[in-house]
Amino acid sequence: MQNRVFQLLVDNNSGVLSRISGLFSRRGYNIESITAGVTADSRFSRITIVTSGEEEILDQIEKQVAKLIDVRDIRELKPEKSVYRELCLIKVRSTPEKRQGVISVADIFRAKIVDVNIDSLIVELTGSQSKIEAFIGLLQDYEILEIARTGIAGLGRGTEDLVHLE
Amino acid sequence: MIGADAIVKCLEKEGVTTVYGYPGVAICPFYNSILDSEIRTILVRTEQNAAHAASGEARVTGKVGVCAVTSGPGATNLITGIATAFADSIPIVCITGQVKSELIGSDVFQEADITGAVESFVKYSYLIKNVEEIPRVFKEAFYIANSGRKGPVLIDVPIDIQNAAIRNFKYPEEVNIRAYKPTIKGNIVQIKKVIKELEKAKRPIICAGGGVHLSEAVLALREFAHNYRIPVVSTMMGIGVMPTEDPMYFGMVGNNGKAYANRAMNESDLLIMVGARVADRAVSQPDLITTNKILVHIDVDPAEIGKNVGPSIPLVGDARHIFEDITKEELKCEHEAWIQTLEGYRETMVQKRNPNPAYVDPAAFITMLSNEMKEDAVYVADVGQNQIWSCNYHIVKQGRFLTSGGMGTMGYSIPAAMGVKRGDMDRQVVAVCGDGSFQMSMMELATIMQHHIPVKIIVLKNNYLGMVREFQHYTYKDNYSVVDIKDGTPNLEKLAAAYDIPFIRVENMSHAQEKLKEFLAQDNTMLMECLVDPMDLVK
Repeated sequence: MQNRVFQLLVDNNSGVLSRISGLFSRRGYNIESITAGVTADSRFSRITIVTSGEEEILDQIEKQVAKLIDVRDIRELKPEKSVYRELCLIKVRSTPEKRQGVISVADIFRAKIVDVNIDSLIVELTGSQSKIEAFIGLLQDYEILEIARTGIAGLGRGTEDLVHLE
Repeated sequence: MIGADAIVKCLEKEGVTTVYGYPGVAICPFYNSILDSEIRTILVRTEQNAAHAASGEARVTGKVGVCAVTSGPGATNLITGIATAFADSIPIVCITGQVKSELIGSDVFQEADITGAVESFVKYSYLIKNVEEIPRVFKEAFYIANSGRKGPVLIDVPIDIQNAAIRNFKYPEEVNIRAYKPTIKGNIVQIKKVIKELEKAKRPIICAGGGVHLSEAVLALREFAHNYRIPVVSTMMGIGVMPTEDPMYFGMVGNNGKAYANRAMNESDLLIMVGARVADRAVSQPDLITTNKILVHIDVDPAEIGKNVGPSIPLVGDARHIFEDITKEELKCEHEAWIQTLEGYRETMVQKRNPNPAYVDPAAFITMLSNEMKEDAVYVADVGQNQIWSCNYHIVKQGRFLTSGGMGTMGYSIPAAMGVKRGDMDRQVVAVCGDGSFQMSMMELATIMQHHIPVKIIVLKNNYLGMVREFQHYTYKDNYSVVDIKDGTPNLEKLAAAYDIPFIRVENMSHAQEKLKEFLAQDNTMLMECLVDPMDLVK
């Protein structure tokens, strides 16, 4: 089993996300995360999917997704040639005494405190998945109340693999 | 002009001559508009059969078959037909009525999310939200259905859209779907590799699937096989690519196929798999077709290549173009010894049957039927033991052999035969089914009579759901469970009389031939019942 990150450029038709997620569920493919958003050209959306499986399955995923009529393009985002980012919001229980400890861990990771309450705070962190996991690991000393992760968005580096819209 | 008129106009522009369907309120505007058109409507007796009929028509004409049904249960009844067409890559366009746009999602009367429900077995689907989209959507739908790897497309049209005035009707000349560009021409580098391997090969073989029919590559493939003396086997969907008695044809492969065909495929050193998806029934052990041989896999759908087996030479493209291109290349090959070996297998590895003389022997009967049928007749086999006997004993000459191979949908043959006949009224069309599959589609006798569609129907009657009985015989040691249909099956002679259909019964082989001659003498609808030994087996 290995992870693979795909970026898709799709026509912004209604139901496109359900067509893609439906394909994954009916063929038994894994989705580790999926993010979608409109591109500079509002006719298209970009979707980043993190999936896992054996080599043959990952190849099959690429072909099956490419076959969908709405999918303009699918490319693998290779780690060495791409930038991945995920945003994560973490709500931590913290009394005023413990607050400083959380803030200093957050500072090390260049995370932001975006909400403070009497007994909790919300930390926002953007980064690669491994950075986010390391950060969550360090917060285990405190009581994590809730986590919201977006899944990764990614782009290829440079202009080599640019996907032309027309 | 309203949306419904526009839809009819689109169908006319696409050259549609027949629409199979069943009305309901949500599709009534369409069925009202079609009255002003030359397009003929065929009222089936249940919606599933509208899709099967459209499929039958598409398979003989090469054009897109069309069906139109109402919302809710009309649409959901269509699903099995759509899935059947999808599994065999048959181009059909299904139009479904839908409740008013503003009511969608509120669970009103006869509302079903049909685009959602069929998502996994359509090539594409549309829910029309604006009447002005109709021309573009229909143009795209017909193009998508009948290009690349063919398949069903569904268009869901809310009733208010059908009734809305359309300002601008202009049927597009061309389709431009940015994301959809099927590969038709084979890559020339890959083709050269195939030629090279063909020159080296001592034991080459072609395994032809349904894609060869769909891409109209039959003649190109025959020419290729004959010119270069390359033997051909086929999958169930590929039956008829070669005439059965062609010296270069060595039978159907698979667990229900000929032993010599499987042996030929396994012993080859170069296997050209074309328009076949290497599915479990054709190739039960994929490793056997890759060990000690070069596997060339030709398919228009890149996702099929490498899905079940990794080929040595993948070749994406349309089979007809590829065979035409290969035939243009210089190629010298010589494998007479191999052909002689295969001829030996074909003569000696014949399945022996011990037919019970008290009954009709389906094997001998089907062969006899083939010889009595017209050269270019279309034989539509249903699903079950009747299908396996048909595959193994029907002799295709210049006609076609059709069946539901991928989905194995019982009840396919009669409605599909209707569509075939509508598609080509000059052809002789024979549907062969069992007493189980007949009872899944016998309501269509009404359609056949109402619309004067003369198809010949043969029921191989053995009082069992024979294929499952056979499975229970081998797997559950004759512990039969829910397979006995003897008591409920109606008297077919009386049933035929109720529909005013001439009826013939064949009890054993002694008068089979003269009865077949009588059965096929005229171009009229007839029902023939053949009594088959309930304990007969396909293996």
